[in-house]
Amino acid sequence: MEQRLSSNSLKETFDRRSFVVGAVQGGVGLLLAARMGYIAVAENEKYEMEAESNRVNLSLIPPRRGWILDRNGSPLASNRSDFRVDIIPERLHDREATVDLLSKVLAFDDLERKDLVERIENASSYQVVPVASGLDFEKYAALTVRLPELPGVLPQQSYARYYPTGSSVGHLIGYVGAPSREEYEEEPQPLLLTPGFKMGKDGIEKQFEQELRGVPGARRVEVTATGRRVRDLETREDIPGDPIRLTIDGPLQDYAARRIGLESGSVVVIDCLTGDLMCMASMPSFDPNSFSDGIGRVEYSMLSENDRVPLRNKVLQGLYPPGSTVKPMVAMAFLEAGLSPDASVNCSGGLRVGNRVFHCWNRRGHGSVDMAKGIYQSCDVYFYYFAQQLGMNVISDMARRCGLGQEFPLPVTSQFYGTVPDPEWKLKKYGREWQAFDTVNATIGQGYMLFNPLQLAVYSARIATGRTVMPRLILDGKTPKFGSMNFHGDHVQVIQNAMSDVINGPGTAGRARLPVDDILMAGKTGTAQVVSLSLSNGKAGPWKYRDHGLFICFAPFNNPRYACAVVIEHGGGSGSAYPIARDVMTFLFDPAKALDALHGFEKQWGGTAQKRLEQSYAAYAAAAGVDLPPAPAPIQLAEKVDAEARAAISEPATPVTDALTPREDPVASANGNLT
Amino acid sequence: MRRAVTLPAPLAQIPWQVILPIALLVAFGGAVLYSAAGGSMSPYASSHLLRFAVTLTMALVMSFFPLDLAKMAAVPIYAAVVLLLMLVEALGAIGGGSQRWLNLGFMVLQPSELMKPAIVLVLAWFYHGLPVGLIGTWRAVVPAAGLIGLPMLLVLLQPDLGTALAIAFGGAVVMYMAGLPGKWFAGGALAAMVAIPVAYFFGLKDYQRRRVTTFLDPESDPLGAGYHITQSKIAIGSGGLFGKGFGNGSQSSLDYLPEPHTDFVFATMAEEWGLIGGLFVLLIFGLVLRWGLTVARDAEDRFSRLLAGGMVATIFFYAAVNLMMVMGMAPVVGIPLPFMSHGGSSMLTNMICVGTLMMVSRWNKQPRGNF
Repeated sequence: MEQRLSSNSLKETFDRRSFVVGAVQGGVGLLLAARMGYIAVAENEKYEMEAESNRVNLSLIPPRRGWILDRNGSPLASNRSDFRVDIIPERLHDREATVDLLSKVLAFDDLERKDLVERIENASSYQVVPVASGLDFEKYAALTVRLPELPGVLPQQSYARYYPTGSSVGHLIGYVGAPSREEYEEEPQPLLLTPGFKMGKDGIEKQFEQELRGVPGARRVEVTATGRRVRDLETREDIPGDPIRLTIDGPLQDYAARRIGLESGSVVVIDCLTGDLMCMASMPSFDPNSFSDGIGRVEYSMLSENDRVPLRNKVLQGLYPPGSTVKPMVAMAFLEAGLSPDASVNCSGGLRVGNRVFHCWNRRGHGSVDMAKGIYQSCDVYFYYFAQQLGMNVISDMARRCGLGQEFPLPVTSQFYGTVPDPEWKLKKYGREWQAFDTVNATIGQGYMLFNPLQLAVYSARIATGRTVMPRLILDGKTPKFGSMNFHGDHVQVIQNAMSDVINGPGTAGRARLPVDDILMAGKTGTAQVVSLSLSNGKAGPWKYRDHGLFICFAPFNNPRYACAVVIEHGGGSGSAYPIARDVMTFLFDPAKALDALHGFEKQWGGTAQKRLEQSYAAYAAAAGVDLPPAPAPIQLAEKVDAEARAAISEPATPVTDALTPREDPVASANGNLT
Repeated sequence: MRRAVTLPAPLAQIPWQVILPIALLVAFGGAVLYSAAGGSMSPYASSHLLRFAVTLTMALVMSFFPLDLAKMAAVPIYAAVVLLLMLVEALGAIGGGSQRWLNLGFMVLQPSELMKPAIVLVLAWFYHGLPVGLIGTWRAVVPAAGLIGLPMLLVLLQPDLGTALAIAFGGAVVMYMAGLPGKWFAGGALAAMVAIPVAYFFGLKDYQRRRVTTFLDPESDPLGAGYHITQSKIAIGSGGLFGKGFGNGSQSSLDYLPEPHTDFVFATMAEEWGLIGGLFVLLIFGLVLRWGLTVARDAEDRFSRLLAGGMVATIFFYAAVNLMMVMGMAPVVGIPLPFMSHGGSSMLTNMICVGTLMMVSRWNKQPRGNF
């Protein structure tokens, strides 16, 4: 191509090209104007919304949880104002540095620090991780000052669950905690991700979660990009959850729990007229106050290593051979099957059935024994003898009528209902025929029989009233009416009188008499063997080998109002159970007198149950050091406890192949007048 | 036609048609900076206005420099800036890590900024001295490429991709207007298209690469690198037609907008003044650039023409890239908006460009043959 190269032509080129450059610049300018117009006008609505959602942070205010009240309206679980700190993991910039600084400001020890790291690691990013609660104002203030260094850390003033009687209501009420990942997945609501929100993890707290929860409030806050609050725009108050009113009598529950003392066991008190469960104490227990702050590894290790299983609710999940406490029921079965109460048998300390001799607990024998004596002296031979005649089926039918082996319609997380054995059951379970020794074992509440303390209390109430008392846990203003048990004639009085004689007559538990004028109590002792005589005599030696102590009772005898069951695990016999039952029943009629007794005991034991729990925690924590396995999440915790409980008290894997040789009743020997 | 009011000769010679729009824009920028500081003159607005006053004086003084002086100074200025760039590089190497500025005590100087007008000056000088007949040969390209390539390399080492591109752009526009054959530019564009992927994978640092990918899809990382673009678009978009009102921009006052006083000053402005404010800014830039091109076209000699044209291109590059960036049309490269962003080096560079244009404009008005 020919080119005319001269200054002039270059000037022309420049003009042409500078025009191009100008045109390009103008074009870019127009493009920019168009682009801006598009963003600012066409997409204005979208970006306005985004700017608004940047600026305004809608935060939920966790609703105040409904109180759990006892029958008198006093709180078993309430709320109190609390300074707390949470972490939102996805907003953390430097996890290590944050944990370091938090640990420093909050004066965490190594274990608490380790727990915190664990919690953060196990949380999904959107989940709120509790750091600490119940802070004193100084620590809270110190942390607030350092907030700019701690993105993702959220100190706030909120409400914490408070259980005034602490460990006394641990198993019954349960506890609360931050929702777990699983709970959020099941119920994906923003409230569950709100810092400070806690939901019921066990017991009543879990069963009535929806009623107790309430409706969250909301706060619209103007926030900066770093999450700093500039000002509150508007606030909607929360609606507190509904209160739940239980049939439980708070003071009685606390008394019973404390009265169990150093033993491991449970006390159930039921109102015979209404079926109200007034007390369901299970000890040792955990402190729901400290569980609700998050379960630390020290605490969890201490509780899970304890062979008294403080994590298990023994009222509902403890299954025990009932021992001689079944005898009134067995006698009632005899009466209903047509046996005269006057029919008697001579007890010489044993009974030959076929080619074998079955022993009575009293080797010297009771002499001539009728039904009443069979009960108040707890004569085994009497029951061996007539059971051979009347058969097992009448006994197992009566057991079921009395509520033994029954699952009650109660709002509880889990209920083990045990076994009422009969020939059909044995055949199905083990493929073996029912044998004479099976009946013998059953009449004295051993062998395959397993009941929980709640069933024993219901059974006691049904014998006391002759009505089909059903237990209930919620006070709903209605007065239930119970039908008759349809016992014939005066059969129920026969049994009641015999039970009265256990305490007020020539029976096995004279010392269970109530120290209250004009009020007589009726009852029945029971001693359940856990290992055969060759291993242990049941009274001393390793704790695990000692006999369970049981006692059922009702009072006042002439107009039964309260029924009670006490089971003391490995207490060494019924002597460990009935003094507790006596004091608990005394508390219902004369609280001052009962408290005097308790205070005397607590002086020996080293303080109240709560105080002892705190002391053993401190001792355990000091001894444990840092090398403890972490605590499981609350949900798994409950399952774990259930599983352990089930495994620990399952029916024998192989059928029992021999009759049990009952031990001498320690009550009788202690009483002195029967040996 | 004579003007009704006649200014005294020295004042009449001052090109008010550019100083007034720029002063308006600077004042507007001051208002935006006042708002960005939460309704306070300090720390941004007052120093912004002060810098403008100082650099305007400097530009006015510059405008009196004669053509010969400009031609003579071209190479020494270029060499001095290159030396400064090397000095920065050396200081960075000694200090460990990269460094872009020299602390002169009274101000922090970025030599790479000075290179933007300097490259235009030296190329204008080069093509002015190049015999007309050589314009289509390699001798028109190779030395120019060397003059551009050396400072680009030094700036890339810092590393500062945005400034390196600005230098390349200024240089390329001067070469284009100098009349190099059009097909060479077509070839250059082709080569760039090949070079860009290569540069992307081998030349860029990680954070720069991320900015490019984020630009292509800002929502891919809304809380990370895409945050800047997203928040900037939210600020501009939520401003609407008339804006949220002076001092009412939530994006800037609540810290959602990054760098609300420097790179993203336009977004800060747009949030409070809306599309109207944006069009005003575009209009002022349009006026200034159009005046600049007029000055270039009116210039008597080749040196002045290329010098003026290059300066216009430099200002344009600043403004266009910044605006495209805040509107999500270009990656975040860290180029401030002329006359509005808070920052001394940028103000200095742009006022040097304006001063140069005023200087050329003054030469144009002087009778031919006076020099």
